Amino acid sequence: MTELEVNGARQRVAAHPDTPLLYVLRNELGLVGTRFGCGNGQCGACFVLIDGRAMASCDTPLSFVIGKRITTIEGLEGEHAVQKALVKHQAAQCGYCMSGIVMSAVSLLSKNSKPAESEVREALDRNLCRCGSHNRVVRAILDAR
Amino acid sequence: MLAEKPAALTDARRLSQRVHFERDGTVSIASGKVELGQGIATALLQIAAEELDVEISRIRLLPASTATSPDEGVTSGSLSIQDGGKALREACAKVRRLLLEKAARRFDVPLQELRVEDGTIRGRDIKVSYWEFAEDEGEIPGDAPVKPQAAYTVVGASVPRVDLPRKFAGEASYVHDMVIPGMLHARVVRPSKAFKHLLTVPDVPGVKVVRDGSFLGVLGEREEEAIAAAAKLRAKCTWEEGPPVPDDMPTWLKAHVTERIISKANADAAAKARGVKRLQASYTKPAIAHASIGPSCAIARWKGDKLEVWSHTQGIFGLRQDLAKILSMREEDIVVTHVEGAGCYGHNGADDVALDAALLARGANGRPVRLQWMREDEFAWEPYGAAMAFELEGAVDESGRIVSWRHEFWSNGHTHRPGRAKLPTLTAAAHLAKPFEIAPAVNPALPAGGADRNCIPIYDFADLLVVNNYVREMPLRSSSLRSLGAFGNVFAIESFMDECAAAVGADPVEFRLKHLTDARGRAVIEKAAEAFRAFRKTENRGRGIAFAKYKNLGAYCAVVAEVEATHELRVTRLVAAVDVGLPVNPDGVANQIEGGCIQAASWTLKEAYRPGVVGWEDYPILKFSEVPRVEVLLLKSSEKSVGAGECTMGPVAAAVANALYDALGVRVRDLPLTPDRIAAAI
Ligand code: FES
Ligand code: FES
Repeated sequence: MTELEVNGARQRVAAHPDTPLLYVLRNELGLVGTRFGCGNGQCGACFVLIDGRAMASCDTPLSFVIGKRITTIEGLEGEHAVQKALVKHQAAQCGYCMSGIVMSAVSLLSKNSKPAESEVREALDRNLCRCGSHNRVVRAILDAR
Repeated sequence: MLAEKPAALTDARRLSQRVHFERDGTVSIASGKVELGQGIATALLQIAAEELDVEISRIRLLPASTATSPDEGVTSGSLSIQDGGKALREACAKVRRLLLEKAARRFDVPLQELRVEDGTIRGRDIKVSYWEFAEDEGEIPGDAPVKPQAAYTVVGASVPRVDLPRKFAGEASYVHDMVIPGMLHARVVRPSKAFKHLLTVPDVPGVKVVRDGSFLGVLGEREEEAIAAAAKLRAKCTWEEGPPVPDDMPTWLKAHVTERIISKANADAAAKARGVKRLQASYTKPAIAHASIGPSCAIARWKGDKLEVWSHTQGIFGLRQDLAKILSMREEDIVVTHVEGAGCYGHNGADDVALDAALLARGANGRPVRLQWMREDEFAWEPYGAAMAFELEGAVDESGRIVSWRHEFWSNGHTHRPGRAKLPTLTAAAHLAKPFEIAPAVNPALPAGGADRNCIPIYDFADLLVVNNYVREMPLRSSSLRSLGAFGNVFAIESFMDECAAAVGADPVEFRLKHLTDARGRAVIEKAAEAFRAFRKTENRGRGIAFAKYKNLGAYCAVVAEVEATHELRVTRLVAAVDVGLPVNPDGVANQIEGGCIQAASWTLKEAYRPGVVGWEDYPILKFSEVPRVEVLLLKSSEKSVGAGECTMGPVAAAVANALYDALGVRVRDLPLTPDRIAAAI
């Protein structure tokens, strides 16, 4: 058993320490808001906050996050300013990329409360979106500052 | 968690297949159209709310399922609002009429004295709700008037998407997120290129393998176990390689024509003879991947000899037909239920993974099996947008008018969806111990067309010949990429229009208008032209315009692109002027058009699929810092609503190529417009 801190609560999980965090979150803890996209850090769909930093959970082993604070999209409870702004700007189409995008945006705003548009775009370059929702997302994040 | 099944409807009397009044004071509506990210669920709710006179918050859209939904074919081709919306609108109007007639009879008042407010029928001293009547017998009228457009209050308003809040909150939203008790995880084991046969499978202890001929996969209690087992097997299995994919697809296509089809012939030798300037040019577009962010996923469960499948397919009935064929079953014994997936607006691996899941679930003793493809499976095994080659010839007369136009193109079919042909289309069918011959990709008939979509220009050209060279053999399996052949045809036509304009020194906007009588077409060009004219040229920057009427019968769209060409080509701004008739949800339409512009810019600048791609590093798409500004100018219209999702694709490609020409004076005729190609053209 490995003990983790996820969204402020202590959790015990049975997965092998080499298991990518993503599968532990989705299948053991039922936190399916973190999505699988590529499995090797190239798309951002699986981003979570690890000690406040947006990181890929698909290639981060469980052993790496022991003793660290993990926040998933569920931890924001739909109440974060970024989430509200995304709703206001209707900033998605299929929405599959959005959990990861929210985590990148939250991480950015926690370090830089007034990012310029170019900084928002740069911070989101690790998040891919196939539906072309980019500009609405950027407008929403600028609005959430 | 997502519900395993659509909510039971036993608590409501079935008024029609499409509209159900639930005991809790809500209305459920059934549609065969499915949410792909285009916002159709919200638009359909708007239509139902409008015709029923019920608040939108009281209406729910049931998941599409072969068990309960009307068969409305595939959700594609920007037809959902046109077709699915119309059917729903009529059904709702009939239900409203039936209930009003019943109320009129019960209270013995003329029907005209009754009105409906949020499902409550009111008249002088009368107040009764739909739900009080819903249980009663009643003949559904064969016909009922639908509301006149002037009376619309919900349709035509920018209602927020009903599905977005839960997606931004990270709630379970996709088939990928479904959990069914007892569910096993599965992965397929395939190489990253086409193969003939699976030759050897190593013995890996402790791994539950399911094999049928050359189809191979694994099952695991835990997802990470299934992934690891599949990776181990993949590394050690051997396959007999399939035929190589030709490097030069345009040349290959031209040498393998199955049928030469005249799409349009309007010979006018006299007009042609008036030509004083003759031009010709060849264009190409490569194979393009759908490349959804989430690889395809499905869940399958066998109950005895009956099968249930949950899938993000665009066509639940078509998928069921192919599953029945391949699994030698009766269609009635299979239920396919739609659950959303990751978007791309085209035919990705959704259907193929559903067959894979059904095959793997055979090894699961009745337990449900969740199969998600890995990223490399999706890149290697999804169907692609077909590569195409185009040759254009034109003749311009003394007055600067095109008098002769010839457009010939070469392509595989653009549709390989299941359920349309005698033979199946799904990938694994060819790999089974008793393999199936796979149907070739085909083209839907014109005017919508497939490879030939938008091949016939809507400009007035006296002498006209359009030829579609259909190639049956598929080195790369192709199927419905957003807009099908329109992307390539419009790229070629609208690039060539600019080449003709340049040859006679004409302004690209004026030149198009000179050849176009269609008033709505002229209007979108004029609108976009404002941005075209306002552009101030500086070094290395340019602007271009392009236009099309999608499918020659759908949305009108003119796009102006602004670019900056330095070490690479950057699109800095796109302005799209669009006429989609009366937009059911204007903000939803704008959202789709913005997205269409960005996706098309990505295809145009970066994308070409070659076998061997395993990840995003090998197949880059446009990133946040690279996407252009997009402005959508929605023209006011009260014409019938048509889909908006695909109309921008071709115009964006041509507008960008035309802007590149404006910036550097070089014409690049092969997509994508990469730095290498541009350098080679200089
Ligand atoms: S799934 Fe983790 S970065 Fe793509
Ligand atoms: S909204 Fe579909 S991938 Fe971003």
